[in-house]
Amino acid sequence: MATTTLTDAGRTASANGRGSHVAATERPLLSGSEITCRALEAEGVTTVFGYPGGAVIPLYDALPQAGFKHVLVRFEQWAALAAEGYARATGKPGVCMATSGPGATNLVTGLANAMLDSVPIVAITGQVVESMIGRDAFQEVDITGITLPVTKHNYLVQKAEDLAPTIKEAFYLATSGRPGPVLIDIPKSVFMQQARYAQPANVGRRGYQPTSIPNMRQVRLAADAINRAKKPLIMAGHGILLSGASEMFGHFVEKSGIPVIFTLLGLGSFPESHPLALGMMGMHGHKHVNDALDEADLLINIGARFDDRATGRVSGFAPNAKVIHVDVDPAEVGKNIRTDVPVVGDALEVLRLLIPEIDEREHDDWRAWIDSRQNTTLASALEARPEWPEPYAIIKEIGEATRHEAIVATDVGQHQMWTAQHYGFEHPDRWITSGGLGTMGFGLPAAIGAKLGRPDLEVWAVIGDGGFQMSLNELATAVQEGLDIKIAVIDNGYLGMVRQWQDLFNQKNYSEVRITGPRLDKLAEAYGITGITVRSDAEIRPAIERARATPGPVLIDFVIEPEANVWPIVPPGAANSEMLLRDTRFQDMD
Amino acid sequence: MKERHTLAVLMEDQPGVLNRVVSLLRRRSFNIETITVGQSEQPNVSRMTIVVNGQADEVEQVGKQLYKLMEVLKVTDLTDLSCVAHELAMIKVAAKAQHRAEILQIVQIFNARVVDASPTTLMIEATGPEVQIDGLLTMLRGFGIRELVRTGPVAMTRGSSAVGLKDAPRVEREETIVANGALATVQ
Ligand SMILES: Cc1ncc(C[n+]2csc(CCOP(=O)(O)OP(=O)(O)O)c2C)c(N)n1
Ligand SMILES: [Mg+2]
Repeated sequence: MATTTLTDAGRTASANGRGSHVAATERPLLSGSEITCRALEAEGVTTVFGYPGGAVIPLYDALPQAGFKHVLVRFEQWAALAAEGYARATGKPGVCMATSGPGATNLVTGLANAMLDSVPIVAITGQVVESMIGRDAFQEVDITGITLPVTKHNYLVQKAEDLAPTIKEAFYLATSGRPGPVLIDIPKSVFMQQARYAQPANVGRRGYQPTSIPNMRQVRLAADAINRAKKPLIMAGHGILLSGASEMFGHFVEKSGIPVIFTLLGLGSFPESHPLALGMMGMHGHKHVNDALDEADLLINIGARFDDRATGRVSGFAPNAKVIHVDVDPAEVGKNIRTDVPVVGDALEVLRLLIPEIDEREHDDWRAWIDSRQNTTLASALEARPEWPEPYAIIKEIGEATRHEAIVATDVGQHQMWTAQHYGFEHPDRWITSGGLGTMGFGLPAAIGAKLGRPDLEVWAVIGDGGFQMSLNELATAVQEGLDIKIAVIDNGYLGMVRQWQDLFNQKNYSEVRITGPRLDKLAEAYGITGITVRSDAEIRPAIERARATPGPVLIDFVIEPEANVWPIVPPGAANSEMLLRDTRFQDMD
Repeated sequence: MKERHTLAVLMEDQPGVLNRVVSLLRRRSFNIETITVGQSEQPNVSRMTIVVNGQADEVEQVGKQLYKLMEVLKVTDLTDLSCVAHELAMIKVAAKAQHRAEILQIVQIFNARVVDASPTTLMIEATGPEVQIDGLLTMLRGFGIRELVRTGPVAMTRGSSAVGLKDAPRVEREETIVANGALATVQ
């Protein structure tokens, strides 16, 4: 293990510069809370999201002196999700904190969300004083036990001198290899203990050695398959974004001439307007994309984990294709889909080595075949119905108004899929959505986290009326922090995505999906922000422009057709090739 | 085809590590038959023997998932290697005076030992391959087994090779991965 040499990493020590190491005994005694803050500062943390309580009162005691900002959320789950929004927008780890017991358990959904979407966050929870652990003390829960399956790793810190090394290791684990959430549980008594701040110079564990540089033999095998393929497709996943490989990926695509399809979380890894970008795959992907998957003879998956919403029924997935799977996590290779050429490594490193090995090609015939499968009937059918603000038109208008450059966070449901389909993502790290866990309530806190991380960018949250009523308490956070975020509520009066499934697959048995809510313009007013209501197609653009021209948070309530559905759709359990293309209601318009 | 696999897992001896391993195996629905854990030849390194039942690719997943635990240092599938896999069983068998001689004979045949006795019972300790213990139990069942405890097998490769940590685990792990088949083998 490389965790032996102790050096000064604290403020005083680094100010002294090199060579002036103060012996450990001469360093001042600090409280565990102060050490925690210093260790966070040493990781370059600028913003944390949290909520105080008994077990963390000592920690909060030290926060006013800390060199980072604390954002007080209104519910701990939103602290975790805001930290994820921050991480996704900045590429840096997000940090959240909560008290013991209910504070800690409220983080669990957020941790699970980060686990499934491989988002680097570090969560700090308070724990009851050490002598009380195991006695069912007030607000005691076994949070390390509870979060075992939803964290990449977790710790229970037992002494104050372990705090700095643990925090350093936690950040390393969260951000390296396949990123993910790491939780540090700290007993109140440890926050109050005195110790000297000392950090290991190096961080690492014997049992954790992620593979970032791939095996060259596998890279050559991949190149060979790519050079021989006649109908290849590239499947672009979140891993490209997580490894910061978008630019390198662009070179790879252009040299290979291979069309690109996206997973939900892979959107933004390559400009959607590029002629080689075909669009999203899977359950609500494009028909021609899923057709191409059916026809392809080679599938090059870069940084995606073959989630079932992307693959549809596995036995019918890319039936004619050899599969190359590039992933930093070896456990993903062969987990869901049989793989012919596994390449374990960081996407950036793999692409760097792969590009020189591949031939420059055009694939014109294959492109022509895919183009011939484009389906435009749906769009034209929708365009003929101006009486409602059409959901896809709302998203398109937001895309155009923001020149496809805004950060867009969404909640979960129909509006999420409409946004994925129609915004048009051109840049990396602008699309922030809950993929693997599908966590309703994600949108608003994620937008808040994103705005705090990237104040220079325009930030929009697109949220359903259901999800908004889960997380609308965060409006107060946005107001308190004076955050310039624009919130588009896609208001269909339904838990729309569930209603759509009941409509299509349960004989329209609309069981418990009708949802009412407050007048959103009045709600906005109550929070002291601008609220706009949109009831027709013609009002969409002016509302968006007004929102953009108004500083601070603005809420737009887009009242849409209650029973509009997301098209196309792969029915649950069906193969991607078995997409339902469109609403039968439009059939007579052909 | 489902097969029994015996995995040797070396891991840092830290609080909670057993919980992590068991929790992982449960939530991934791996079919575990036995788990034993104890010290290894190295300080602060525990060695676990896991017997799982599954197809080759499922067992490969077990190994890959185990590697994701920070404490896990090395996973070796001993199944296709020549190794000794023994378990220990303690059996309290009803032994009326008229059956004692017969029981003692069986004990002898199976290379087991009597470690305790009472007027009505004998306690037998046996070590050996699982099949051998199964055989012993079959023979004793007729007398009436009062109590039984089995450890599940622990296993070690034959010959001079060893499941150790000497070589860089990383290279080996990559080999494991690129092979996309069997887990790491013994050097
Ligand atoms: C926390 C949580 N609970 C339940 C669900 C199941 N769910 C998925 S989409 C959806 C409906 C969302 O409704 P709304 O927010 O109004 O969005 P819409 O689909 O109408 O656009 C529900 C209930 C979920 N994904 N997350
Ligand atoms: Mg809705």
